[in-house]
Amino acid sequence: MKQQRKAVALISGGLDSLLAARVVMDQGVHVEGLNFYTGFCVEGHTHAIRQRPAEKPKRNNALWVAEQLGIKLHIVDVIEQYKDVVLNPKHGYGTHLNPCLDCKIFMVKKALAWGFMEEHGFDFIITGEVMGQRPMSQRKQTLPLIAKESGADDRLLRPLSAKHLPETLPEREGWVDRQRLHAFHGRNRKPQLALAKALGFSDWAQPAGGCCFLTNADYSAKLRDLWASKGSRDYDLDDIVLLKVGRHLRPGPDFKVILGREEGENHYLEGYRKRFLTLRVLSHRGPLCLVDGTPTAEQVVLAARILARYSQGRDDARVQVSVERPGGTGEVLEVVPLTAQQVRDEWRV
Amino acid sequence: MADATVLDTLGLLCPMPVIRTQERVRELDAGSVLEVLATDPGAVHDIRAWCRVHGHEFLHHRDCREARCDDAERAHIHIRLRIS
Repeated sequence: MKQQRKAVALISGGLDSLLAARVVMDQGVHVEGLNFYTGFCVEGHTHAIRQRPAEKPKRNNALWVAEQLGIKLHIVDVIEQYKDVVLNPKHGYGTHLNPCLDCKIFMVKKALAWGFMEEHGFDFIITGEVMGQRPMSQRKQTLPLIAKESGADDRLLRPLSAKHLPETLPEREGWVDRQRLHAFHGRNRKPQLALAKALGFSDWAQPAGGCCFLTNADYSAKLRDLWASKGSRDYDLDDIVLLKVGRHLRPGPDFKVILGREEGENHYLEGYRKRFLTLRVLSHRGPLCLVDGTPTAEQVVLAARILARYSQGRDDARVQVSVERPGGTGEVLEVVPLTAQQVRDEWRV
Repeated sequence: MADATVLDTLGLLCPMPVIRTQERVRELDAGSVLEVLATDPGAVHDIRAWCRVHGHEFLHHRDCREARCDDAERAHIHIRLRIS
């Protein structure tokens, strides 16, 4: 009896990885999914933090894809190892702080290490890459580079663009039929949409602005500001998650004010009250405010006045604000809200 | 409740609760029950989906603000699953 071959598929939660896995499954290969959590994924945190319309339930798209395919999905925390990719990308950044090429090499290398562990015993790796679709990581020149630098070499199969690429091990060995793979190319999504329809898929994630915060200009600016304020290019998970939450204002080099923009964010910021100076508006409705850094007493008053500006007391003469320190001590301040003009544009991170 | 292994993911945002669940499940025997404490409401959906794709049994979840729980200041959720 012919041995069933095993492939591990990188599953992002988007359409391409869904299709790539399905195309190979349809050739009788056993496929399991692998999803890496870097801390910068738009998936997950943003969905968890922000209030969402009730008709749009929160879901992890990678898990959802796995369910559609009927495969196992292994989600792997790579937050620590991923730091080196973000901080020292050998191939540099894209338009913002996105190290897309190094990221893809890292993920394929990780998939290789995970999938080829003796206990897992996979034969090859699948990705949903499409030649010419992304300016940095999915070009004709970079696809072979990813295979080479990850160490996967010919064990890396891109089913959606396979016919544009040299034959890989699973094709050569007859584990998959090259003729039944695809020749998608470029940014036109019509071939993927047609294939999705042919395979019976009608719903998939279409994240606006991509699936990684590092491709986002505003987020990258906040990350640069974080590094500048720390005096070093480093971060932990809380740092990078907090950059996704709230309005960030830096009135001085030593402190930053983070204001929740809606109830979900306020609720999330509550979780940091034991780590940061926390300000709340007592006399009116208003956001929760965290103060990051080491503010002086005067700067705490300024933070309270900023908070008052974003509360429903913004037009009143005085607003009462509680100040809670991480150790549990606190005070109540009565402050005059800043005017719109007093909130300087250069404070906005 | 004494029959369940408890996993604390309070304060963690998705997908961390499901990642921690996956790691803990790997250490437990088939038939045992794991109770996950979470503050992210998305954890219910994610862990339920994760159970479905891995063949584990999602038993139930309940919202909680009970004082005997570690994080009584914040609303949180108890999620129970049986490992297959």
